[in-house]
Amino acid sequence: MKLKALKAAFPLTLPVLTGYLFLGVAYGLLMSNQGFSIIWTVLISSAVFAGALQFASISLLTSAFNPIAALLLALLVNIRHVFYGVALLGKYRNVGVKKNFMIFSLADEAFSINVASQPSEDIDSGWYYFFVNLLCYSYWQLACFSGHLLGAWIPDDIIGLDFVLTALFFVLFLNQWKKKENRKNLLIGVFATAFSLAIFSRAQFLLVAMILIVVLIFIFNPSKGEYHEQ
Amino acid sequence: MSSNQMLITVGMMVVSTVFTRFLPFIAFPEHKPIPKVVTYLGQRLPYATMGMLVVYALKDTRINQSPYGLYELLSLVVIAIVHHFKNNTLLSISAGVIVYLILVNGWL
Repeated sequence: MKLKALKAAFPLTLPVLTGYLFLGVAYGLLMSNQGFSIIWTVLISSAVFAGALQFASISLLTSAFNPIAALLLALLVNIRHVFYGVALLGKYRNVGVKKNFMIFSLADEAFSINVASQPSEDIDSGWYYFFVNLLCYSYWQLACFSGHLLGAWIPDDIIGLDFVLTALFFVLFLNQWKKKENRKNLLIGVFATAFSLAIFSRAQFLLVAMILIVVLIFIFNPSKGEYHEQ
Repeated sequence: MSSNQMLITVGMMVVSTVFTRFLPFIAFPEHKPIPKVVTYLGQRLPYATMGMLVVYALKDTRINQSPYGLYELLSLVVIAIVHHFKNNTLLSISAGVIVYLILVNGWL
């Protein structure tokens, strides 16, 4: 049963493997060039497991000690995770103790596959989601570790391979687009985020976009009383 | 920064990441009924959030200087066309990435 779920989960994680190898190696190399020992690369990659934050944290770790700034930066970069959890409350029900790891490892890529794909009937969906997350998590550890150790010997004359993750999100977006009733909310996400990105600073735009998304969802999806308690 | 100070800084990042990931699941545990407004949002956020992720992934594209984001745009168009006709996730991703790599590395 588990093997079947693993086999079903693997193909969709291949773009993640490609993108993570590219970005993780770059991160490991950056850490090693900044003079950090490999223990820090391994510790941060395995305990934080958040690519955007890990890159942003290098400048924090190389400047004056300011734990509150670290906490606030991490909250701002990570605030999008809250949406992931709300969107997956249903899919992550009744999956047992592995749920804790699934939540712990809920990065952008694992989330996008979890939320946009549905394993076939004969596959245990809990294990399927678990393996998607476990594979993505493992790829990242492998990439950061080897980037730190071997980064200097890995050819870096190809740029732009991280576009594979953008492409993954976009194709999952297109898969959701096929159903007419999804389109309104897909567009709300695009519009709200693009609008906030154009107007607000890099540090704030995501938070603004999320607030805007909630507002627009309520405006454009008449509830017919479905969320009012009786 | 001393090792201890670095450890605290990393700890702050871990706390914040774990907190943002677990918050919805702690606020709405399985053994309690989920408030209807959360269910309502939970049914729509999968789509709005995917839209958000696509734009978020493109946030570092510079559209006010050459090549004005055309590489990204063209690659996404290729993905959409291939996906429309072949409907194969991995094929569409590969096609888009190959086009993007050719454009951005100047392999033509």
